[in-house]
Amino acid sequence: MSVVNLQRPREETPRSAEQTELHPDLNRAHVRFIGLGKTYEGREGPVHALQGIDLAIQCGEVFGIIGRSGAGKSSLIRTINRLEQPSSGRVLIDQVDIGEFDENRLVELRRRIGMIFQHFNLMSAKTVWQNVELPLKVAGVPKLQREQKVRELLDLVGLRDKYKAYPAQLSGGQKQRVGIARALVHDPAILLCDEATSALDPETTQSILGLLREINQRLGLTIVLITHEMAVIREICDRVVVLEHGRVVEQGPVWQVFGDPQHEVSRTLLAPLQHALPAELQERLQARPESSESAVVLRLQLTGSAADEPDLAALFSALGGRVRLLQGGVERIQGHALGQLLLSVSGSSLGAEELRQRAGRWAQQVEVLGYVA
Amino acid sequence: MWLERLWQVVIYTFLMVGVSSLIALLLGIPLAVILVTSDKGGIYEAPVVNRVLGAFVNLFRSIPFLILMVALIPFTRLIVGTTYGVWAAVVPLTIAATPFFARIAEVSLREVDHGLIEAAQAMGCRRWHIVWHVLLPESLPGIVGGFTITLVTMINSSAMAGAIGAGGLGDIAYRYGYQRFDSQVMLTVIVLLVILVAVIQLGGDRLARVLNKR
Repeated sequence: MSVVNLQRPREETPRSAEQTELHPDLNRAHVRFIGLGKTYEGREGPVHALQGIDLAIQCGEVFGIIGRSGAGKSSLIRTINRLEQPSSGRVLIDQVDIGEFDENRLVELRRRIGMIFQHFNLMSAKTVWQNVELPLKVAGVPKLQREQKVRELLDLVGLRDKYKAYPAQLSGGQKQRVGIARALVHDPAILLCDEATSALDPETTQSILGLLREINQRLGLTIVLITHEMAVIREICDRVVVLEHGRVVEQGPVWQVFGDPQHEVSRTLLAPLQHALPAELQERLQARPESSESAVVLRLQLTGSAADEPDLAALFSALGGRVRLLQGGVERIQGHALGQLLLSVSGSSLGAEELRQRAGRWAQQVEVLGYVA
Repeated sequence: MWLERLWQVVIYTFLMVGVSSLIALLLGIPLAVILVTSDKGGIYEAPVVNRVLGAFVNLFRSIPFLILMVALIPFTRLIVGTTYGVWAAVVPLTIAATPFFARIAEVSLREVDHGLIEAAQAMGCRRWHIVWHVLLPESLPGIVGGFTITLVTMINSSAMAGAIGAGGLGDIAYRYGYQRFDSQVMLTVIVLLVILVAVIQLGGDRLARVLNKR
């Protein structure tokens, strides 16, 4: 792509108000990772799956972990219920270090942490009812209580009439609902979602995410989810961390990471959700102005308080000349309006750099994409 | 006169195959479970146990039944007090069938998706819960199929045992068919065996299909 990327030297937008969101109260954290590392013995020497992870997940929040495949998400989420044993560092749950738990305490811990999986992992030889009942059965819960609980959960996930079916007779969405019912049967305080919607079609994904959000609000449980899709994060998460090569490269409230991504990986992951220049314009884009008549193409990213629906008239008149809106939109995440505008400015007395500066009064990020004749 | 004996001989075959297969079933499944769970990455990881057991199974699996039977004669005498008749045949048959069936059951157990074991751990299953509620039920169709194969193989082996004095269909075929060239007896034995194997195979297949919910 022959795009001149005149990234403005980052003048920090005032963030002090949000700093507290980045450093929540550690003493009340539900799940805390301290200097967590995981190293495998690979064929070509040790592989660092996780390195120096320090995170705190608060009670009742929906916490997203995103990254490309192989970034270490899977290992990280599995250290919470110790399906994965970290090589270094500690995991605290309700302030208790779970590192030294024996099998008894581990079993007890896992009953307080539900988990759902990308491929559902239902027992194929058991009916829906038996699948949901299994965690209670192995915990020695009496039959009458089991029946009541299973019925209650099948109602919650809307599968009451499917209780006799085997997993093979269900659709993907229904299977995940069974998985959710099974995960919640011990009334856990934490729900781990391992790419829970990655094997589902978009419509089913929406309904499962809706269900998860409902559960989070109704039961007040903490949800930790991993995904490689930013759309999932946008849909239900409160906060997000971006992992790359086993390290946290970015973290913050979802609206902030979406509105003003700092790291290359975050931008790459966000790219599918962003407004792109129309293909026909993209082709005509030039790195340098052909003549003084050439229009400058700008990308504006508006975030947070500054973007309470952008005042286009003011913006346009500040830029001067003829301003055209090529592509753009505004969406709301966690009450913050996030806008993206692709503009072309022609016949302005200002140069590209000046235009960028001017636009910077309205937008968090301004990028000069190039010129069109 | 041989027709009267035929009925008795069929019962002998049933006895030999039935008893030895039943013991093989009862010993083979635990053996297979230990082989799978003690392996690297298994829920009861124990490399030494795994290697020793594996070597034992391979040892018996590599000896042809006829040789195994002869080699075991002193052992058989020790156990049942005789080296002649149905009960003497049960000993080598069982010792041959158990590792055979254990290996087949092991394959089915290994095919259980690791994700299911992970899910079971995540829901708070102890390790024996995983064996009882996950590994065994999930691999049951495969185990039933494997047991069917074991039964058919045992019929095969029992005929060999019959030839050296165990009684059963092998015995009658050997005496009348081989030593007297009585083709009528031979034919009857063959028809009986074909029916027997077909019934076992059909029954086993049907049961495995009913149990398979995948």
